[in-house]
Amino acid sequence: MDLKLKIWRQENAQAKGEFKTYNVAGVSSDSSFLEMLDVLNESIVDKVETPVCFDHDCREGICGMCSLYINGRPHGPDDAITTCQLHMRKFKDGDTITIEPWRASPFPVIKDLVVDRTALDSIIQSGGYTSAKTGGVPDANATLIDKYSSDLAMDAASCIGCGACVAACKNASAMLFVAAKVSQFALLPQGQVEKTKRVQDMVARMDELGFGNCTNTYACEMECPKEISVTNIARMNREFLSSKVCSEQ
Amino acid sequence: MSNTKALSSITQKVIMSLMGIFLIMFLLVHLGINLFLLPLTENHREIFLASAEFMSTFPPMKIMEIGLFGGFIIHILYGVIVQLQNWKSRGSKSYAVASKTKATLASKTMIYSGILVFMFLAMHIYQFYFVKLGLNTGPMLEGTHHPDFYKMAIDLFTNDAIFSTIYILSFVVLYLHLSHAFQSAFQTLGWNHPKYTPIVKALGEIYAIVVPLGFISIPIYYMIWG
Ligand code: FES
Repeated sequence: MDLKLKIWRQENAQAKGEFKTYNVAGVSSDSSFLEMLDVLNESIVDKVETPVCFDHDCREGICGMCSLYINGRPHGPDDAITTCQLHMRKFKDGDTITIEPWRASPFPVIKDLVVDRTALDSIIQSGGYTSAKTGGVPDANATLIDKYSSDLAMDAASCIGCGACVAACKNASAMLFVAAKVSQFALLPQGQVEKTKRVQDMVARMDELGFGNCTNTYACEMECPKEISVTNIARMNREFLSSKVCSEQ
Repeated sequence: MSNTKALSSITQKVIMSLMGIFLIMFLLVHLGINLFLLPLTENHREIFLASAEFMSTFPPMKIMEIGLFGGFIIHILYGVIVQLQNWKSRGSKSYAVASKTKATLASKTMIYSGILVFMFLAMHIYQFYFVKLGLNTGPMLEGTHHPDFYKMAIDLFTNDAIFSTIYILSFVVLYLHLSHAFQSAFQTLGWNHPKYTPIVKALGEIYAIVVPLGFISIPIYYMIWG
């Protein structure tokens, strides 16, 4: 298939940046979106020009590095997948595809389509640690967890921190991401010891970094490649409120 | 980039939603009284005027009135603050291709529907409440210095087609605002539950349709049969 690509090119964080149009011919519909970009980059390199920078690592939907805003949707025109899992069969021959970086104040563009998402790491760090028993190896069944809670915790923990929630949100809110990180601990007995401090610190850090306020449009949930549910946001709100009201901290 | 907020993002939203729920309850009471503008009973005019009298003179209602104004001001103030912060977070660079994510129109336009409802509210307060305060003129009940809200309302609905049209359109906008507001308030307060959330959502939809429709029915009645 032959495609026309409109790609955001920006030399560095300070540069103004602009869209550049590229034509790629003979793209296999079986190739992945990132493979299509690799093909494009090879042709750009052949012309001794600077290839398009984009983030990627695992290319199997688990690391959360790939982060492209394709034709008006984070991770492109398919549901519950990352950009690296998007295949060209989702497009038609002759299509024009517009590729932009995540847009949000806390995610400054580093170069072209690569944005700095260390803000998300910083929120995780602010969550601190979980206290655990030291000493002999504990019996695997010593801490009982019901299946329902463990499933919910696992669902929350499947967040790969790609930032699509922030990119999709009209408010650039990171609530879905933070909620997933709060929930994965709040749902388990091991997470109870520091739960008050954890939720307060993570929310404070999120605000400090300049992420927006959630207005419940649920665009985040619709675009999340891991289908993290907004029920996690409600859970975080509960955790936050009860920690503010009940605890002395 | 860093932001310093006086209150945390969640606290701001909780205040907004609590005020919103308070306003939602108030609206129901207001509708209950307004419906007596319609000839529902023989003595509907007397019931309407007695309720208006009760609302403006019964001492506990005075306190509620202050609370109500406070509720409006806080809800609007935080609505604007939250929106300004959100625009700042989104940044100066917007996407070239507008979002294709299927978020509801109501949820994406809360600030705009809110501003329109606020404009209606300002007009409404000027036209009615200011008469009570003596800052605007209007018909008085015979032998008293209480405004005749019944006559004011019926006159407007019967003779002023522009007013009635603005009134009806405002409530359509309010429908949009409420259809997102109701369930959103519960979500913000942390009330999202597999059993109860479907009920909250259904109640919100019913409320958002029935209440504005109730208000709209009054000018429509008087425009047609007035
Ligand atoms: S490259 Fe790892 S998730 Fe896409």
